[in-house]
Amino acid sequence: MSVEPNTAAEPTRTPTSSSDAVDHRIEVDDLNIFYGDFRAVADVSMTIEPKSITALIGPSGCGKSTFLRSLNRMHEVIGGAYVEGHVMLNGEDLYGHGVDPVAVRRKVGMVFQRPNPFPTMSIYDNVIAGMKLNSKRLGKSETDDIVERSLRGANLWDEVKDRLDRPGSGLSGGQQQRLCIARATAVEPDVLLMDEPCSALDPISTLAIEQLMLELREQYTIVIVTHNMQQAARVSERTGFFNIEGTGKPGRLVEIDDTSTIFSNPSEQATQDYVTGRFG
Amino acid sequence: MSLGTTSTPTPTPSPTTSDLTSGQLSPRHIGLIAIGSVVAGALTWIPAGAVNWARWIIVSVLTYIVATYVISRIVEDSRKATDRVVAAVVTSAFLIVMLPLVSVIWTVVERGSARFDSTFFTETMRLTPEDMATQNEGGAVGGAYHAIIGTLIVTGLATAFSVPFGLFTAIYLVEYGKGKLARGITSMVDVMTGIPSIVAGLFAYALFELFFGPGTRTGLAGGVALTVLMTPVVVRSSEEMLRLVPNELREASYALGVPKWKTIVKVVMPTAIAGILTGVTLAIARVIGETAPLLVTVGLAQDTNYSPFDGRMTTLPVYTYYQYVQPGIPTEAGQDRAWAAAFALVLIVAILFTIARVLAKVLKPKGLR
Repeated sequence: MSVEPNTAAEPTRTPTSSSDAVDHRIEVDDLNIFYGDFRAVADVSMTIEPKSITALIGPSGCGKSTFLRSLNRMHEVIGGAYVEGHVMLNGEDLYGHGVDPVAVRRKVGMVFQRPNPFPTMSIYDNVIAGMKLNSKRLGKSETDDIVERSLRGANLWDEVKDRLDRPGSGLSGGQQQRLCIARATAVEPDVLLMDEPCSALDPISTLAIEQLMLELREQYTIVIVTHNMQQAARVSERTGFFNIEGTGKPGRLVEIDDTSTIFSNPSEQATQDYVTGRFG
Repeated sequence: MSLGTTSTPTPTPSPTTSDLTSGQLSPRHIGLIAIGSVVAGALTWIPAGAVNWARWIIVSVLTYIVATYVISRIVEDSRKATDRVVAAVVTSAFLIVMLPLVSVIWTVVERGSARFDSTFFTETMRLTPEDMATQNEGGAVGGAYHAIIGTLIVTGLATAFSVPFGLFTAIYLVEYGKGKLARGITSMVDVMTGIPSIVAGLFAYALFELFFGPGTRTGLAGGVALTVLMTPVVVRSSEEMLRLVPNELREASYALGVPKWKTIVKVVMPTAIAGILTGVTLAIARVIGETAPLLVTVGLAQDTNYSPFDGRMTTLPVYTYYQYVQPGIPTEAGQDRAWAAAFALVLIVAILFTIARVLAKVLKPKGLR
């Protein structure tokens, strides 16, 4: 791991936060998430610790992905979707009055379930897409630095350094996903959200991404949604369990605790049933 | 059948003994059935005493369809028999559709090449008395230079108007529009797609009459008339192409903190641009051959008019029409010019398609740096 500590961080950061003073803790307070009339997630309160990995597990449709998307205001991209409650990042309410969702997303990056590099762009351009699309004026040497640093950070540099001008869609699924992680980290967010980042990947690529997560933890607050309980146990410090009582009912956070506690001695019976596979 | 066992170490079972390979018609059998059907069709000459191409083809095709079904049903099974009949029907339907297309192109090329010379592409219909004399003696005079220029100007204007309107409408419908307004626009676009071209021509004529007095005929009016016809086609095709862009790409862009408008300009549009260009080319091809609206709005001129704002100009379709209905003396001269103009029009469309294809190819390979 040869990532230099945030030397070039300052110029690309959004103006409000000076990153060293605050620690990127996320506090969620009584969050309700809606799709039109339907309440998908109810009454979630949790604290997400900074510079650590928090895993969210639970059955399909329990709202964990919806919850994750509400942490960088991606939820409201879908028509009719809205949120009630508060999400505090560095003491600022992401859903406060006058908060620009675009500014929120620059601080809270996201990696999706299926790798989605921009098909019209090269590997190089994909990595700097966040900066380029936000019309940041950067010199060639600066972008070269960012590309190398981000790709090294995503453990992809050695595999692609000779073909940076080739399309990103020519890579394997696992490489594409690491490219997407490099793209997300290139804009230097405070928080990185990962929505089942390994569900479309083979075990070897999954291992590569899990190792990457453990390295990224040094710099970023990471929240990962996963269906793979072994993965949650392997990588995360804390695990939250979401559950749903039935179809049409909202998903709820059952409990969140240290990962070791959740998997060995959870306080709720539902969690115990789920992690031991006796669910349903 | 079982000689193969001597050379290979692993003995392959003889094909006839396998359930998986037995009872099948080989391509040679099918070929024999086809030849038999053609011969059967040819037998219909005997009572008529003369070759009747249409009857020959129809009888052959029908014989082939019936024969394959019956034989396949006996040798193979009903699934394969149905498969072969459907394949035969689909193939003949394709050939029937191709027939008029090939015929049209053949006729246009054949008759159009008589006057497909350099004079045709450099001269106008402003004929001197000497030219008239040459024409009377059967010489090749007069051209469609002015009509080609006119068509390029009028169609170019229509493209310049309808691409921005159409593209922005499509972007609105795909990225922003919801509820009543979007539904209303969609159905209006549908209605516009069905407007008869002469109505578009009369609309543009009436519009320009309102501002510039009766009898106004300009290239601009023609451009407006074609815009009315072209815009819905551009909207429709661009809309389809923009909808094909996966939502994941938009979300990836939003998640990087890119504003929506920039996502559309820098991510959605580049991904869809190849298809949009093809759609625009199709729309141009749709209007470049329009005659009626241009007859009403642009009229006819003997000489080249480079200004779309001042006076009549000639376009290729209208030129073709007039050369055909008023060929002059001798009539062959005008008719040859009409066919050559039709040929030129087909050629322009073909060139446009080639350009669009090349552009789509160039823009599609991913990873332009």
